[in-house]
Amino acid sequence: MTPILKTEALTHRYSVGTPFENTAIDSIELEIPRGQFVGLIGHTGSGKSTFIQHLNGLLKPTAGTVYYEGKDIFASKVATRDVRFKVGLVFQYPEYQLFEETVYADIAFGPKNQKLSAAEVDERVREAAAFVGISDDMFEKSPLELSGGQKRRVAIAGVIAMRPGVLVLDEPTAGLDPEARESLFKNIEDYRNSTGSTVVLVTHSMDDVARIADRLVVMDHGRVVMDGTPEQVFSRPEELTAMGLTVPVATQIAMELRKRGVDIPDAIYTTSYLSKVLLKWKEVHDHA
Amino acid sequence: MLKDITLGQYFPGDSVVHKMDPRTKLIMVVLYIVALFLADGFAGYAVMILVTAGFVWLSKVPPKSLFKGLKPVLIIIVLTAVLNVFYTDGTVLVQVWKLKITYEGIIRAVFMVLRIVMLICGTFLLTYTTAPVALTDGMELLLHPLNKLKVPVHEMSMMMSMALRFIPTLIEETDKIMSAQKARGADFETGSLIDRAKALLPILVPLFISAFRRADELAIAMESRCYNGGAGRTRMKQLRYERRDYLALVFGVLLIAGMIGLQVVGV
Repeated sequence: MTPILKTEALTHRYSVGTPFENTAIDSIELEIPRGQFVGLIGHTGSGKSTFIQHLNGLLKPTAGTVYYEGKDIFASKVATRDVRFKVGLVFQYPEYQLFEETVYADIAFGPKNQKLSAAEVDERVREAAAFVGISDDMFEKSPLELSGGQKRRVAIAGVIAMRPGVLVLDEPTAGLDPEARESLFKNIEDYRNSTGSTVVLVTHSMDDVARIADRLVVMDHGRVVMDGTPEQVFSRPEELTAMGLTVPVATQIAMELRKRGVDIPDAIYTTSYLSKVLLKWKEVHDHA
Repeated sequence: MLKDITLGQYFPGDSVVHKMDPRTKLIMVVLYIVALFLADGFAGYAVMILVTAGFVWLSKVPPKSLFKGLKPVLIIIVLTAVLNVFYTDGTVLVQVWKLKITYEGIIRAVFMVLRIVMLICGTFLLTYTTAPVALTDGMELLLHPLNKLKVPVHEMSMMMSMALRFIPTLIEETDKIMSAQKARGADFETGSLIDRAKALLPILVPLFISAFRRADELAIAMESRCYNGGAGRTRMKQLRYERRDYLALVFGVLLIAGMIGLQVVGV
């Protein structure tokens, strides 16, 4: 089966031909199968944001290309515009892009640009709002009246309403309080489970990404340096730390325990798994 | 794409021109412009070209980036040239119907174009070699005497340096908002003029909101650091005239004297 997204030798250089020339991403080869939940991690300036802006054709690569369902998205202008609706990109701090007078109109902006019928637009707005937990009674409010967390939900709904095959989120929880963060992650998980759509999540929050992603891609200096399941990636904590990244708290605890002679397996990356392992270990030792 | 705008862009460096006191540079630009308008005839223009080239060389600013700054005024330059070529009376060289090209016209067109190009190059050289903060500082100090006439010089220069400071920020912000709306299928490139004007709304509204938010935050930040205007405020970088500044000023005065001299002699 063709992967829903595929990048081929994707390279982007900024300010070519000036002293400020700088390679942001360098020959990235990545295949994302349909329905996968991919976590994209890397420290600030590793090229994540540049990379994701190629996935929906906002940035044109210096070399290489991107395929959506096997078709080159840069083949024609029409193809590049079409892919915007198929790969929904939610930028960092998306609440700053709200502009309509009402919440409803703002969520409807994307579907309207798709030239859908009024009934279809309405259906999509309601569906998208439900996914992010925006209730009907908020539809007629001005987006400016909402709280920060609600604004962000509206902005995310505006992208979900286009029913993209791939949803790309750039640090969707940055600047939110822990409770709002928790529930937004829950919303994203639910959205993915009920639509089966592909999700690419850029984040610094290792604990969350460890819990919900099927696969982790680690970027450093514009290259993909690790690619695998959370187990595989978090079993290399030294390398991650060297890149300025952290590992989940559970992994840190497990590492410390192992250092002190507790024989538990490596590749522990969620708190629930860690507690299970520790309970088992206790049981064995109590018997002995 | 928006980042390519060269609007008073500063080009960091450590040439003599960069190190010069901003006040000197401001006065020099004024003197330079006066000299440019006094220049008349081949000798005058030759001197001005040499002076301009000399300053560009001293400043080590790549001439390519200076010429890039000329692009926005290209239409004005071309229009000036065309009008001067056709509307100057004198010895007729070519005549097609009512349009005639005269020898004097060509000479005048060349002079006018040179004047505009040098005018722009000279002023660009100022903004290319002077950081915006230094520039407004220099301007504030030069205009300081106006304080006696109750002109709020400090406040004006503070507003100017803030405006300059926020140009790149707002450009970056516009870029971000544009990308975000494009990601939702907004189309800024096709459609009629009215369609395109309407398409700007999703950019302008968030941009205004964010500009107001920034203004608010900045005002609070300034107040919480006890900013209350210019009275009694000292600066981190004290401006001081050096030998090169006096040299430059003497050169500027001599240049003007020379231009007047050339006019009197009538070369």
